[in-house]
Amino acid sequence: MIYVVMAYLWASVLLYVLMGGADFGAGVLEFLSTSSSKDRTRKVMYRAIGPIWEANHMWLIIAIVILFVGFPVIYATMSVYLHIPLTIMLLGIIARGTAFTFRNYDAVKDKMQVVYSKTFMYSSVITPLFLGIIAGSAVSGRIDPHAANFLDAYIFSWLAPFPIAVGIFTVIICGFLAAVFIIGETKSEEDTKRFVTKSKHMSIAALVIAVVVFAAAWYEGIPLAHWLFGNPVSIACVLMAIVSLIWMWASLFTRQTKLIRIIASAQVTLLLVAITYEHFPVLVTLKNTEGLSLLAEQGAEKTIKALGIALLAGSVLILPSLFYLLYSFSNKNSD
Amino acid sequence: MDDFLAARSQMALSLGFHIIFACIGMIMPFFMAVSHYKWLKTGDQDYKNVTKAWSRGVAIFFATGAVSGTVLSFELGLLWPEFMKHAGPIFGMPFSLEGTAFFIEAIALGFYLYGWDRFNRWFHWFTGVVVGLSGLASGILVVAANAWMNSPTGFDYVNGQFINADPIAAMFNDAWLSQSVHMVLAATVATSFAVAGVHALMILKGKNIRFHTKAFRIAALFAAISAILQPLSGDFSAKDVAKRQPAKLAAMEAHFKTEKKAALIIGGVPDEQTETVKYAIKIPGALSFLAHGDFETEVTGLDRVPEKDRPPVAIVHYSFQVMVLLGVLMMLIALLYLAIIWRKKNWLEKRWLLKLFVIAIPAGFIAVEAGWMVTEIGRQPWIMYGFMRTADAVTPMPGIVYSFYIFTAVYMSLSIIVIMLLYRQVKMVGVLYDLPAPHSLSDNH
Repeated sequence: MIYVVMAYLWASVLLYVLMGGADFGAGVLEFLSTSSSKDRTRKVMYRAIGPIWEANHMWLIIAIVILFVGFPVIYATMSVYLHIPLTIMLLGIIARGTAFTFRNYDAVKDKMQVVYSKTFMYSSVITPLFLGIIAGSAVSGRIDPHAANFLDAYIFSWLAPFPIAVGIFTVIICGFLAAVFIIGETKSEEDTKRFVTKSKHMSIAALVIAVVVFAAAWYEGIPLAHWLFGNPVSIACVLMAIVSLIWMWASLFTRQTKLIRIIASAQVTLLLVAITYEHFPVLVTLKNTEGLSLLAEQGAEKTIKALGIALLAGSVLILPSLFYLLYSFSNKNSD
Repeated sequence: MDDFLAARSQMALSLGFHIIFACIGMIMPFFMAVSHYKWLKTGDQDYKNVTKAWSRGVAIFFATGAVSGTVLSFELGLLWPEFMKHAGPIFGMPFSLEGTAFFIEAIALGFYLYGWDRFNRWFHWFTGVVVGLSGLASGILVVAANAWMNSPTGFDYVNGQFINADPIAAMFNDAWLSQSVHMVLAATVATSFAVAGVHALMILKGKNIRFHTKAFRIAALFAAISAILQPLSGDFSAKDVAKRQPAKLAAMEAHFKTEKKAALIIGGVPDEQTETVKYAIKIPGALSFLAHGDFETEVTGLDRVPEKDRPPVAIVHYSFQVMVLLGVLMMLIALLYLAIIWRKKNWLEKRWLLKLFVIAIPAGFIAVEAGWMVTEIGRQPWIMYGFMRTADAVTPMPGIVYSFYIFTAVYMSLSIIVIMLLYRQVKMVGVLYDLPAPHSLSDNH
């Protein structure tokens, strides 16, 4: 059952990155758009994400609940040493979620719209940035339970080149996913063109930032290259992800919207497989000691069993209705 | 302010904020579903407009409740890591089920809000009902987790270690039922009085009277029924607390000395130093009766509780008095309202009746907050009653006070914006819904 629970944890992280990420990306794209095209970009995006908006963010809740029920020591350790980035991420989540809804449901459209939009844009960048920082510091062994002073324990656990580079990479990935997903939702040739261009820009940006991530890892002495190229599975994943970029660009020219979405999702999935494969079963690496392993830190047997059953039963209810929601509001079914 | 107090304050603030949105998000979908049903059955356009107006309210409250709830799931660890490390696997079961319920609620809300004129009408209506039911399930599950902190079971405590966790036994702890029933009713009372009051106010102002009257009557009926049931559930809860947490009951009642024929203390100023209560009304034997169903039975007082294990008395006592007073007042309004719809239908148009509901707008929510203070502060100094002290659970990270200031600022601004949004929604009713003639059937898609 522990493997079922771990699979769900992994899958909910992946789905949060894909669906929540595309959702964050909508704000990232708005942030990066020139002011003249901001309105147009926004309009297309909101029609596309409105109905599935709340559901996209539930994956984070699922992941965090699995973590604190099933792996409480890991949850508690991250909560203590990554308190600051987690808090900033939470503030981002609050600002973003409320701004999006308020913008839509304010009965009077006045200057407050500008406040909502600005809040939404900035928090759409800050939240994934800090999600990336948290992930980057969790995997890179910066957390030091034996730190002697405040700075080492609570600041330098995350404030370093590598986590920040991972954070920026996450922001770009979100923008990339959003651009790719929205192509299929556009209704005019002009809009389609706009998002095809954005997809291209974002995929190039992702490659550039990936180089920066490698540079930061090299600078800090983090064996990133070993993680990604140290075993055949990871190598295969990374190579497939890169090669499929070319395939994706080709599909962008032919406007095969479904295919582009599948390739983009697959690329992100492959990257997550590549990085977690080498680390498994360690989720959080610590400074100078062994990391926190999902297998070693699992909760009581009965708990894991009950959690596994709850997750399986929950999926029976959630997945069909979620698919029906996505299907009902996809482009071809809307007026 | 030291870090421990800051952590407690931040938790209290976050819960106090979330609880309002959670209550409305949990109960208002039911109003919406009733009104929607009436529209489908009668074709009366007003009901469609009321439904749409309420669904906007639900969207605003759900979004705010969802983010503040997400924050709480992290804050448990950010502020109380030591507690979560041990308690997570034991009392986490309701949270994992709540995750599912919450997810379904979000999906159903997507269907409902964006599904007008797109689906079979009854399917669309049904998704609205699912929003309500899954919200209700979430609320009950979260309260079951809180109940476990009051009544920890489902584990063995051996040499300072929590072993043999049984998450199912923990979920069905001794307090879950009484607390869940009381909370669900409290949410219904608070939401329906607030909603009914706002519509009553608009009727008094003479704006869109037909629209607001229909809305008022649905909400007022919910208010009347729940406010009459709530004191019964309160009695059930009090007897339960008397059995499980005598220290909390003693603090609620400012009952210092253990005695038979214990007096019920109404009002008064408790003095924890001298262990006396000044200026109170005392009804001999009444506390024994309320706590144990018999005028003679001994009621444990704070003198049986070691000083280091006592909750703060004054604030718990005051909060409890406020909650009970407001609960009784709302019950009286409820009885009056039911009597009126049963016998004196012509009084429904009376201005004084509407004014009564306007005055009661905040009453339910003040009672909800007061009730949470009773149960949370009344549990102190324990985070896990009898097993772990709150002070031992707090994060080692210093500087929590700054995080408390930031969250205070954020929640204050959000509260102001939400109030402004609601004000605007209500003000724009006439414009948004372009109210047509009654009994129009023009909207059959």
